[in-house]
Amino acid sequence: MTDQRSQAEIVRQSLKRRYRKERRFRAYGIMAIAIALGALLILFTDIIGKGYTGFVKTTITMDVQLDGEMMYLDDPTDERQIKMADFVEPLVQALIKEIPGATEDDRKQVRELINPYASVTLRDALKANPEWLGTTQTMTFLTHTDVDVYVKHAGDDAYSIKLNDQQKTWVDELLERDVIETSFNDVFFSGGDSRDPSKAGILGAIVGSLLTMFVTLILSFPIGVAAAIYLEEFAPQNKFTDFIEVNINNLAAVPSIIFGLLGLAVFINLFGMPRSVPVVGGLVLTLMTLPTIIISSRAAIKSVPPSIREAAEGIGASKMQVVLHHVLPLAMPGMLTGSIIGMAQALGETAPLLLIGMVAFIVDVPDGFFDSATVLPVQVFLWAGSPELAFIERASAAIMVLLAFLISMNALAIWMRKRLERRW
Amino acid sequence: MQPANLLLLTLVLAIVAYWLGYARSRSLAMPLGGIRHLKSLPFYYGARAALWSGIPALIVLGLWAAFQGKVIQMIVIGGLPEGIIPATDGEASLLLSKISNVASGALPPGFVEAPIAEAAERLQALRTQSRFLMSGLVISVAVLAGFLGWLRIRPRLNARSQVESILKWVFFACAALAILTTVGIIFSVAFETFRFFGKVPFTEFIFGSHWSPQTALRADQVASQGAFGMIPLFTGTLLISAIAMVVAVPVGLLSAIYLSEYAGRKVRGVVKPLLEMLAGIPTVVYGFFAALTVAPFISDLAASMGIEASSQSALAAGAVMGIMIIPFVSSLSDDVINAVPQAMRDGSLALGATQSETMKKVIFPAALPGIMGGILLAVSRAIGETMIVVMAAGLAANLTANPLETVTTVTVQIVTLLTGDQEFDSAKTLAAFALGAMLFLATLLLNVIALKIVRKYREQYD
Repeated sequence: MTDQRSQAEIVRQSLKRRYRKERRFRAYGIMAIAIALGALLILFTDIIGKGYTGFVKTTITMDVQLDGEMMYLDDPTDERQIKMADFVEPLVQALIKEIPGATEDDRKQVRELINPYASVTLRDALKANPEWLGTTQTMTFLTHTDVDVYVKHAGDDAYSIKLNDQQKTWVDELLERDVIETSFNDVFFSGGDSRDPSKAGILGAIVGSLLTMFVTLILSFPIGVAAAIYLEEFAPQNKFTDFIEVNINNLAAVPSIIFGLLGLAVFINLFGMPRSVPVVGGLVLTLMTLPTIIISSRAAIKSVPPSIREAAEGIGASKMQVVLHHVLPLAMPGMLTGSIIGMAQALGETAPLLLIGMVAFIVDVPDGFFDSATVLPVQVFLWAGSPELAFIERASAAIMVLLAFLISMNALAIWMRKRLERRW
Repeated sequence: MQPANLLLLTLVLAIVAYWLGYARSRSLAMPLGGIRHLKSLPFYYGARAALWSGIPALIVLGLWAAFQGKVIQMIVIGGLPEGIIPATDGEASLLLSKISNVASGALPPGFVEAPIAEAAERLQALRTQSRFLMSGLVISVAVLAGFLGWLRIRPRLNARSQVESILKWVFFACAALAILTTVGIIFSVAFETFRFFGKVPFTEFIFGSHWSPQTALRADQVASQGAFGMIPLFTGTLLISAIAMVVAVPVGLLSAIYLSEYAGRKVRGVVKPLLEMLAGIPTVVYGFFAALTVAPFISDLAASMGIEASSQSALAAGAVMGIMIIPFVSSLSDDVINAVPQAMRDGSLALGATQSETMKKVIFPAALPGIMGGILLAVSRAIGETMIVVMAAGLAANLTANPLETVTTVTVQIVTLLTGDQEFDSAKTLAAFALGAMLFLATLLLNVIALKIVRKYREQYD
């Protein structure tokens, strides 16, 4: 008896320590989750904090006197004249008029406030409206990137302000009089890449991504579903089938950059396909996403209960009819869900595309599958490597757009899984 | 005609064949007294005609489109006069790009030698011819085969079983594409790797401790004789992966344990999708975060403590990579922990063990092989990860174990060697393929071992 009691005593005495250990262990778990979620939070706030100003553009609105003599132009419909004409001078003159105290001697400093592409905007406007020559028009132009940076980040130490004190007071004054304004950055969504951050946009990259994704989708979805059907429904139990399965499982874990090497060696060097085009990008991403789609499609086929198959066979359907008429429609939501997740993965992929040359600097929005293009994640990579902080801001904004695409794709997949997938 | 348009035309022809086959089977059935006298439904006769017309045409189209570029190049190069036939592959590719520039109008023909201008004309002519021939061939194959298929429609023909067996073969071909991809990877990488070892000895590559792939541009250049020793890359990769694992394994494992053993349904329902979100973020975003936020933070922090840290430290890249891998480790270990039979848990709790004791002394040892498998998969993921290290780790191949210094990795070097201008047969470019081969082998090995462990473990408790 004494022995037992003393044992109970020992246990009781150790209880406190053991419960403390229990609490500590639980705290470790909570801490781990807090670290992971904290990292997620920091990542998001960092990117949003860096990039939300990328959605804002700075413009300058002024009355431009389109004086033919000043521009060396008397016929705006003449291609040759329009090429030779001076479109910077009217802008400089208009701005000097807007700035009280600025004189002809300050023209260099004044000129540095206007975007280098503003003269192109003016030329195109005049080309479209030749009757404007000799009149005065109120027009809006982008400011120089340095002004843009100053307006948005005046107090921020991370940004180096390139304006001098004179220019700063001018800009402050113009801001107060609403000559310089900030507004939603539509240029960012309607242009291609550019050397000038104010002019740089992601439309080219988005179109490139869409073209690449289209190629990936129309290839990987049918092929993936067909392969899954074969492996689940028709494949005989033999070594060759096992070999196919081993291959698929391994390909799912091969680093994506290896697929880039494959694309470079096979599609570009062996088949002589052009570099940096959406078709080659789509082919490489197809090979990369196929294992994911096959694996999820197989799971979807597996989840269709055997009673469906037996019922169809019982009324005389052939094996192929059972699969195509009954199993496939029932498994389709699951397959679509898996494919959307696979496509989201492909949309965010960068490394293999670097190797097949989709890193080129491309200004134009691509207009076909065989046109040089870049994609959204590569555009982020290109801008992130720039020493100019204004480009970093654009890169963050582009990341936000990319994440918005990815999150909505994943949300769609989750919604579809909840709505369409049947539990048996 | 462009291949894309031709593809569309082939599909249209297949649809036409479908309707013709469908109509013929119905008209054949009419005098017999309705379609119940046909062996198969009219749909299958139509589908059979469409497959007859479409499949051979698509095969011809695919093969032609894949190989026409190469064949035309060979003809153009072969047709050059004696004096300027290129001696090496590098010269050949230079010459070809010159010729195609002239042909596309980017370079005026007056700027180049006469034979090259002629070659450009020939290239242009061959391209037109090839396009013409391809269109003609594909269309005639589609029409002819479709017509043959159409002719052979008989009421006694078992169209359904024919269509089904063709479809089955198509499905098989899709599944076998996985094998083809693997073979493609192995061949493309192996071929260039062997060429590389023809230029740089295998032992130097494996055991050399100096990496600087800048080879001489001209033969008489003194400065750089490239060095291709992969040890610094190898250790750099290992260092960064090790840092990533130090972050990912404890955090991933502990959060998996907490979520599966302690957390209520509601908490799990919120936290799990959030953790999975970490896995869904593109690697380029992590790279951006590592290069522009974490790396400066670490070097500032180190500077404030009086330690010198590089602005492209291994620590920044490794830590961010670890964050990326957390959900990978946590979901794999979650599966494994949940696979441990409930009876073991109940037994341990019934003996009076606390939950943490049960976890540490019963479930964890039982799940250990599976967790090890998961960790190996995570390591292979870390080794092959590219964007984070390309953006946040440096290019300097240092042989160091100090996480605050700059190191470079295998994937960084592959990307650096293969982006930008390249000559295809220089040791520099080929080295990228050799590195790719090493990377492929290493990850393959890790995956095979890991999958074997995980499978064995699963069988144990099934």
